[in-house]
Amino acid sequence: MSNEFVRIAGLCAKISDGGTDKEILRGVDLEIPAGEVHAIMGPNGSGKSTLSYVLAGREDYEVTGGTATFKGQDLLALEPEERAALGLFLAFQAPVELPGVNNANFLRTAVNAVRRARGQDELDAVAFLKAVRKETKHLSMSDDMLKRNVNVGFSGGEKKRNEVLQMRMLAPSFAILDETDSGLDIDALRIVAEGVNSLRAPDFSALVITHHQRLLDYIVPDRIHVMARGRIIHSGGPELAKQLEAQGYARFLAEAA
Amino acid sequence: MPAIAETRDAVESLGQSTYKWGFETDIEMDLAPKGLNEDTIRLISRRKEEPEWLLGWRLKAFQAWQAMAEPTWAKVSHPPIDFQDAHYYAAPKKKAGPKSLDEVDPELLRTYEKLGIPLHEQALLAGVELPEGQEARAPIAVDAVFDSVSVVTTFRETLAKAGVIFCPISEAVRDHPELVRRYLGSVVPVSDNFYAALNSAVFTDGSFVYVPRGVRCPMELSTYFRINARNTGQFERTLIVVEDGASVSYLEGCTAPMRDENQLHAAVVELVAMDDASIKYSTVQNWYPGDENGRGGIYNFVTKRGACRGARSKISWTQVETGSAITWKYPSCILQGDGAVGEFYSVAVTNNHQQADTGTKMIHLGRNTRSTIIAKTISAGQSDSTYRGLVRMMPKASGARNFTQCDSLLIGDRCGAHTVPYIESRNMTAKVEHEATTSKISEDQLFYCRQRGLSEEDAVGLIVNGFCKDVLKELPMEFAVEAQKLLQISLEGSVG
Repeated sequence: MSNEFVRIAGLCAKISDGGTDKEILRGVDLEIPAGEVHAIMGPNGSGKSTLSYVLAGREDYEVTGGTATFKGQDLLALEPEERAALGLFLAFQAPVELPGVNNANFLRTAVNAVRRARGQDELDAVAFLKAVRKETKHLSMSDDMLKRNVNVGFSGGEKKRNEVLQMRMLAPSFAILDETDSGLDIDALRIVAEGVNSLRAPDFSALVITHHQRLLDYIVPDRIHVMARGRIIHSGGPELAKQLEAQGYARFLAEAA
Repeated sequence: MPAIAETRDAVESLGQSTYKWGFETDIEMDLAPKGLNEDTIRLISRRKEEPEWLLGWRLKAFQAWQAMAEPTWAKVSHPPIDFQDAHYYAAPKKKAGPKSLDEVDPELLRTYEKLGIPLHEQALLAGVELPEGQEARAPIAVDAVFDSVSVVTTFRETLAKAGVIFCPISEAVRDHPELVRRYLGSVVPVSDNFYAALNSAVFTDGSFVYVPRGVRCPMELSTYFRINARNTGQFERTLIVVEDGASVSYLEGCTAPMRDENQLHAAVVELVAMDDASIKYSTVQNWYPGDENGRGGIYNFVTKRGACRGARSKISWTQVETGSAITWKYPSCILQGDGAVGEFYSVAVTNNHQQADTGTKMIHLGRNTRSTIIAKTISAGQSDSTYRGLVRMMPKASGARNFTQCDSLLIGDRCGAHTVPYIESRNMTAKVEHEATTSKISEDQLFYCRQRGLSEEDAVGLIVNGFCKDVLKELPMEFAVEAQKLLQISLEGSVG
């Protein structure tokens, strides 16, 4: 089973854009064993975010081929909330605002929804508050952020921290972080990275999507994949990040062409 | 087909067990013949043993009504209503209801369950008949809302001790004629509008509340508590008078869907607040909205108006409207006393084929009067919702202020939301502010919530409740919790 954690094979997906179909994923092959953190890098428009959306179950994308399994289950057959219950978490590149919805209330509703689905007891208000306080302290977030409405009026950095807070509270076994480093200053970056690193465990995997090698100084991945034109075109160890930073994607793009 | 016949057909097609008790009126005793004329009104008045002045008042209303035409300015459409095809008086009588909960529409029971309504209360709301022999207790069935009768007794004693009168209006006509005579029709005159005139002519019952000078009513008054709540009928009349320095909070309605055999409802509510008095009137309305194809459903044409007669008096309307096929309703405030305050907080939800045209009127007469309007409209399915409001600053309303905020939320792409604010200012020092927004529940928001583990329905509920927060927080605590659940249930199946 440990070899069979996250397995994506030949995944193809398209999106309908004003009547014309646009193929974005053109056969993605990717395996992430339990306990490993992988990173995906690649030029804009290569399909990195689409991959994260398709794995999380966004309905705008139509899967046209291939498979994606998680813990042996066919991810693509599940509703988004069922994937969440199974342990998949997506930290959004652009976290969505929910006007009028209290952040703490949202978080507690979500935590209890996944706990119910996983057969765990729900957290009562006191237990929840205790757990969330511990995490906000960890992430250097003010309690004030819990009282505000979900992502409304949050700065870029606050939104990303809020994503990491949700991730930690929802206790996922597979986390996808879609450019969580964008818009973060160096201190925030360190805090966010620490938030991910401390989740590292034999039964936890992560897929980190980023443009910058900088994040990978803090979250050191086991493997790095280069994505272009809807495929993984090259994979390597953590040293690949430095190489990409120095040389860009041109070499790999030329090789793949 | 006349609307009333259509409802009857639609309702009958729902099956015997669902709705049957409403339509077996033909051979019952003590039933006025169909139709509306002076004889009908005389009959009603006689049966209720009313004084001569009230009969005269009713007849005056009837004459006014005959000369009036149905208003057509609201953005609602329905088949013509045949006002002669109805019984205007039916004494509370034995009704052929379902014999037990097993015979009640399971859909209805599921809704009760989601609202967390206890079993014995479910039976009551669904109109389940009591077995033979218990019949004598039927008129006080509402007592069953509580776990014991003693709660009701305590409640009556507490009110009596405080000097608060809270009783059916027909009882008030008998026991407190001078009060009723002084205030009835003083806020909504008999000829105010077509439906108010109709109500004045034929109303059968409703509530009367009188809070004497300086008394803060010791508990929230609820139609839930009122003994005859079940048989109030379609032309309800409510009159609330609060004297100097006194205050009351009144709750109308119930979050549980009340089944009702009458399609046309035309209630009138009059509120009077004297110096420094305050009235908080909260409504949760969840009447039968018709089926998903728009057949049947209650037509709700209500006139609600409050007069802030005294200085610094305050009237606050809060309403959550999720039911009825058609809602036509504008709870209003006449801000007469200097420094009087009027408030209107509203959530109107329409789904399927429901139509709502609702809003408020704030008439500023006195100096430094203030009003606040927060209206939230949620449309889903193929429904249509209109906010229609009037803010009028009269010449003497120096320093008066109004703030209005109208927000519409659309779910899906086949519904409509409209905002029609009228603003008239005849005083240079008056200040009127109006803000309005229209938004949709976005795919992004739904996906975000679902990725965090929430079901689509829970996600919609959360977003809608967030949207309505400013209004829901005005409701009394326990009502607010129920209203939140109700919003979610009303919108079930509206996405995806």
